[in-house]
Amino acid sequence: MQATPATAATSYTRTAVALHWAVAALIFGGFALGLVFPDLPASPQKLKLASYHKWIGITVLGLAAMRSAWRLTHRPPPLPPMPAWQMALAKLTHGLLYVLIILVPLLGWMFSSAAGVPVVWLGLVKLPNLVGKDKLLAGLLDDWHMAFAWTLLYVFLLHLAGALKHHFIDRDDTLRRMLRWSSR
Amino acid sequence: MRRRIRGRHAGRLAALLTLAAAAAWGALAAGAIDAPRSAVGVEFRQMNVPVEAPFRRFGGSVQFDPGQPAQARAHVEIDMSSFDVGDDDYNSEVLKPEWFDSAHFPKATFDASGLKPLGAGKYEAAGTLSIKGKSQNLKVPVTLEQRNGATVFSGSVPISRSYFNIGSTEWKDTVADQVLVKFRIAVAAGH
Repeated sequence: MQATPATAATSYTRTAVALHWAVAALIFGGFALGLVFPDLPASPQKLKLASYHKWIGITVLGLAAMRSAWRLTHRPPPLPPMPAWQMALAKLTHGLLYVLIILVPLLGWMFSSAAGVPVVWLGLVKLPNLVGKDKLLAGLLDDWHMAFAWTLLYVFLLHLAGALKHHFIDRDDTLRRMLRWSSR
Repeated sequence: MRRRIRGRHAGRLAALLTLAAAAAWGALAAGAIDAPRSAVGVEFRQMNVPVEAPFRRFGGSVQFDPGQPAQARAHVEIDMSSFDVGDDDYNSEVLKPEWFDSAHFPKATFDASGLKPLGAGKYEAAGTLSIKGKSQNLKVPVTLEQRNGATVFSGSVPISRSYFNIGSTEWKDTVADQVLVKFRIAVAAGH
């Protein structure tokens, strides 16, 4: 975890900030598409939106892998002083976000594989099927993909509530430092 | 329709005749297609994603004598409503008039007459594919194998959706025109 020299960092690296907001924006887009396209009638639009949804998910998965690697090799600035339960909740929330950001697209990819529709990222890169074609399994993976996507939304709301509380009630630097384009 | 039925009867008769002749000629494959050991389907591309979809119901007959490949005959009938792309919504979509129009054209047929030997179990079948009231003469590469007492003819051939008027123009950008028809036809080996 703490592999890098212990420079007393007070800000996130540009890479960390860029990855944070890129992943956030993509998840919003992907989530919105995921709410819309499955209920559309069979149509070219549905096929297009489904593809965009999958491209976004795979991009999130790739960025999440990069983020995890970056996080493990770069020490983030310490959290501001706060009660232990808040510290524990913040750590739990961040941990869950990392897990879900990887799990949700992974389940989507598995679902697509089980449904017999390989994922072709950006229409260019054909990804391997993670599981064989299996209608029953596809139904289960679809359910899990959705259930964990909703879980991700709820955990995000907790994350958002925490950020806003720190900004408007505690009036500390927690949110601002994720908005700051530092020199690191 | 009537022509197809007559074709099937003629096929059966020919199959019986070939079976009768089998005793004299030896190894050959003749008779009804062994559907459970066979497969007919397509591979198409939507948004550049290759998707395989089988036809669940098909049938027909094959007469093949390795000594006289030019005399080989095959008749395959495919129930268009048995297309299974893996999603009920799309399965119903594809039966609509702009796609298969299965209400008016319930069956597709392939009639092969003559196999040209290319060596090492490879042949080229000359045949006519009829879908949705349109016919096309095709040269189909076929690989022949003996497997568990059956003669298995397998291969694939690309066709054009638009040639057979399958799919309206609004789908042009999402579903590729070229569709690969794949088949594995098993027939009990002659006795």
